[in-house]
Amino acid sequence: MSDHKTMTLTLIVWRQKGPSDPGKFETYAAKNITEHHSFLEMLDCVNEDMILEGKEPIVFDHDCREGICGMCSQVVNGLPHGGQDRTTVCQLHMRKFKDGDTIYIEPWRARAFPIIKDLVVDRAALDTIIQAGGYTSCHTGGVPDANSILIPKPIAEEATDAAECIGCGACVAGCPNGAAMLFTGAKVSQLAILPQGKAEAAARVTAMTTAMTECGFGNCTNHYECQASCPKGINVKFIARMNREFLKAQFA
Amino acid sequence: MQLLSSSIGRKILMAVTGQVMILFALVHLIGNTTIFGWLHGGINAYAEHLHALPPLVWAFRLFMLAAVSIHIWFGIQLTLENSGGRPKQYAVKSTQKVTFASENMIWSGLLILAFIVYHLLHFTMKLIPGTALVTDAEGTVNVLTMVVSSFQNVFVCAIYAGAMVALFLHLTHGIQSSSQTIGCSNDRTLPVIVRAGTLVALAFLVGYITIPLSIFAGFLKG
Repeated sequence: MSDHKTMTLTLIVWRQKGPSDPGKFETYAAKNITEHHSFLEMLDCVNEDMILEGKEPIVFDHDCREGICGMCSQVVNGLPHGGQDRTTVCQLHMRKFKDGDTIYIEPWRARAFPIIKDLVVDRAALDTIIQAGGYTSCHTGGVPDANSILIPKPIAEEATDAAECIGCGACVAGCPNGAAMLFTGAKVSQLAILPQGKAEAAARVTAMTTAMTECGFGNCTNHYECQASCPKGINVKFIARMNREFLKAQFA
Repeated sequence: MQLLSSSIGRKILMAVTGQVMILFALVHLIGNTTIFGWLHGGINAYAEHLHALPPLVWAFRLFMLAAVSIHIWFGIQLTLENSGGRPKQYAVKSTQKVTFASENMIWSGLLILAFIVYHLLHFTMKLIPGTALVTDAEGTVNVLTMVVSSFQNVFVCAIYAGAMVALFLHLTHGIQSSSQTIGCSNDRTLPVIVRAGTLVALAFLVGYITIPLSIFAGFLKG
């Protein structure tokens, strides 16, 4: 270890016992935190202390802790994933904070994401959108030979850029309207860009955007907070592409 | 019909009607500048030519009324739906991209609506008390006299200037937002459209505001 300096932070954390509990903020001290701790490791330390004290630990979602699974979901000081460019909160490190800082930690807040407990929200609404059409159902037969469907490199890259979405829901959490346009735009685009996805493009965009509204997500007002919140930097051009796909579907 | 019911469909209708209104505002601005005398006969001749064909005038008015109504109806509806999109606000209000203009579209829009009503009562229906209405032998109102005398009043000037600031704010967000909504933007063009939209909004602000201000300052006389 290059240094043994530790910091003490004040955490103001949203605590909510269950979906129907009104919830409230509680203040905790995070002690002996080094700059090498990730944000979630810092919470682990706080939770260990609380367990030893016989208190109920802070409940939060996490899984891979390497920024690719999309499970972690915390709003840190008002910004989803803490606001560091293209970073999930599990990859946010405590070197971004100073000794003595006060940190507000809140769950994703959106009409379509009901809170289950503390910082954990129910993101099943995103699955509902995928189930509505985020797939190809055409019969593809056996495994085709490589390059039997020729896809130019730039088009493959574009589809992959859309497919970078890890479905964490930060776009919804960052949107003042609680809209899921960036998520849905990325999922519609990743298929619509490729020849295999074009066959069902019209039905897909209609079904997915209908599901989006039915799930209670808001309407897009083009603030582009979603792109700024996205840990994968998904571009709002995929929202424009979904809008084009939607228009095309009206005439299909 | 998905256009009338879905989230994106209603937004596309708002975007298209908004763009129709921008085109109208452009033509209206060019027409207004006849007050500076570049057209033979000035603004009086312009007003006369414009109203030469009543059926066309009324068809156009109804078309604009439809566009404005669609824009307002869906604007209010979508805003109301969005107001509950985040049921509880974050304790720390922190945004990265939201602007004053983008956050307050409903308010700048409603201010513009109030102004349009006032403006129609003022110069189209000529019902605002204190407006100088000088008619010729055929009963045609002298538009130049009406406009110039109106803008010599500081309150009237302030109403028009304030409304144009609201229009400026509405358009700085509205132009780029509408092009994104109809799908006419990507990562390369969006930054250009954002800047161009701000410039167009500024051009409208300067263009429209020049007329009342130059009258009030005494540069333009009846």
